[in-house]
Amino acid sequence: MSSPAIQAQAVHKWFGQLHVLRGVSLDVAAGEKVVVLGPSGSGKSTFIRCLNGLEAYEEGRVLIAGADLKGPKKEAEAARRKTGMVFQAFNLFPHLTVLENCTLAPIWVRKVPRKQAEEEAMALLERVRIAEQARKHPAQLSGGQQQRAAIARALAMQPEIMLFDEPTSSLDPEMVGEVLQVMTELALGGMTMVVVTHEMGFARQVADRVAFMDAGEIVEIAPPEQFFTAPQQARTREFLSKIL
Amino acid sequence: MSAAMRPPPRRTALQWARTNLFATPLDAGLTVILSLGAAWLAWSLIDWAVLQATFTGESRSACKGSGACWALVTARWPQLFTGFYPEGHRWRVAAATLLLLMAAAPFAMRHAKAWTYLLAPAGIVLAFMVMGGAHVLPGVPSEYWGGVFLNLLIGVTGAIFALPIGVLLALGRRSNLPIVKALSVGFIEIVRGVPLITLLFMASVMLPLFMPTGVTLSRLMRALVVITLFEAAYMAEGVRGGLQATPDGQREAAKALGLGPVRTTLLVVLPQALRIAIPALVNSFIGLFKDTTLVFVIGLLEVTGVARQALADYAWQGKDVEAFAFIAAVFWVVCFAMSRFAAALERAPKVKPVQEPA
Ligand SMILES: Nc1ncnc2c1ncn2[C@@H]1O[C@H](COP(=O)(O)OP(=O)(O)OP(=O)(O)O)[C@@H](O)[C@H]1O
Ligand SMILES: [Mg+2]
Repeated sequence: MSSPAIQAQAVHKWFGQLHVLRGVSLDVAAGEKVVVLGPSGSGKSTFIRCLNGLEAYEEGRVLIAGADLKGPKKEAEAARRKTGMVFQAFNLFPHLTVLENCTLAPIWVRKVPRKQAEEEAMALLERVRIAEQARKHPAQLSGGQQQRAAIARALAMQPEIMLFDEPTSSLDPEMVGEVLQVMTELALGGMTMVVVTHEMGFARQVADRVAFMDAGEIVEIAPPEQFFTAPQQARTREFLSKIL
Repeated sequence: MSAAMRPPPRRTALQWARTNLFATPLDAGLTVILSLGAAWLAWSLIDWAVLQATFTGESRSACKGSGACWALVTARWPQLFTGFYPEGHRWRVAAATLLLLMAAAPFAMRHAKAWTYLLAPAGIVLAFMVMGGAHVLPGVPSEYWGGVFLNLLIGVTGAIFALPIGVLLALGRRSNLPIVKALSVGFIEIVRGVPLITLLFMASVMLPLFMPTGVTLSRLMRALVVITLFEAAYMAEGVRGGLQATPDGQREAAKALGLGPVRTTLLVVLPQALRIAIPALVNSFIGLFKDTTLVFVIGLLEVTGVARQALADYAWQGKDVEAFAFIAAVFWVVCFAMSRFAAALERAPKVKPVQEPA
């Protein structure tokens, strides 16, 4: 029996005096999709960034496919490699073309020959439907295209788990759909996903479980049906009443 | 055709002049007075520099007219451009100049391939070999090199070697290692707080003390070391500005992709930071090139040194204005060219032109 894709155990995180994560635990099975909701400042970004080592945590454990993020260097590196991340602000490399964005890490980190890296990248760009933009620079693309390029870039490292931090929050409304579409297809393909988002439609449709974070804790976690129709916690109900 | 689609009305030159130059009586008066003044200045300058000037002659006595005495420049031009390099070998100075320009070329191009930057140090080393002889050509010690060529040599060499050092200093200044950071900050602040001329003086005395016994550094080498380090300190600040202006999201995205700190810096951060730093870097390049005239204080015969020697000669006494006007013109041409190149680089689209599929 293989270990879960993600095991976060009682993770605590401080920014100076500020106790931002107060014992967050979450297991995500391989192939599972978890959507994380919560008010601004509740620690959603901090938590998801702890899952790929962008943010250091002070207490607790995070295992990615059984490998400890704070383990020996090799193990930690292996754990980190298993995740890909998509940011709210895309963070594409502006000095490189879309194709080069997608081949940089494969060439330098996975040591794939350039030609093969380009073929793989083109296949991914095809998959997110921007193959015809491959030779352009990010600034020449629309927001939705940029975010799809960023998804392709993350996928090019062949991660087992994809982390999304509000991937559609900085998009014009008419572009949200195309990005969610790509994410939905990715989910259908069996990818393990943790998604911080305010898109309730996506949460209902795609998530296996929805987690509600508030003040640095996971207050409630449940399958979407139950989460949206019969929330158990008062804080969850209050939050849902505000956003629905 | 709707109003929104109509092209903006074309403005004629006359209309432009009316709104910008003659809008009010005061404007009109100022325009007239200033144009008359400018025309008079331009005329006097042309009259002095061209119409009444003397262009050839063996000494100042050839200059009879009331205009400029360019005979000084034409009589001494080999020295002004090449110093006291042996006459039969001046082609080597021309060849070395071409090598220097080649070394600098990748920095003036919009989309130079990464490997072309390696031509820079190679071009410089070759230029030194051509000039010095490298045991193939007859040897010419650096004491004989001079003139505008020497300014160019020191300027280009200083700039090209200062850039990587400046980048390292800028990275050092942002380092998390306290010692690296302290050393970088200390070096930058000390060097930037001291006049170049004092460093040149000190180097001519102190650098030899640090050398192992038996090794002597030519005056040219001492000047190069000092100017390179001086320039590096200035460039470091320009590069630091670029590093600060590169968003953190770039580093995070690189880290999330598994790129380590070194690759993140080289492949993601620096290319963006250097582009942002172009104006600051060019500014310091231009400053550096003009500063090369200071090396005369340690006895190198760069172009102002050659001019001083000529002026000390009885034949040319009193022709300082012409000598320095000529030098000013040479420097202006080079510096203006640099600033135009830089403007073109900055204006270049951040992206290569895209070929749309037909
Ligand atoms: N680098 C930092 N230094 C100090 N405090 C931080 C830092 N990053 C986040 N915080 C604080 O940590 C808390 C949690 O922030 P986080 O970004 O994780 O919230 P979030 O749930 O993602 O909010 P949002 O919905 O606005 O993105 C906030 O109070 C925030 O101000
Ligand atoms: Mg956030």
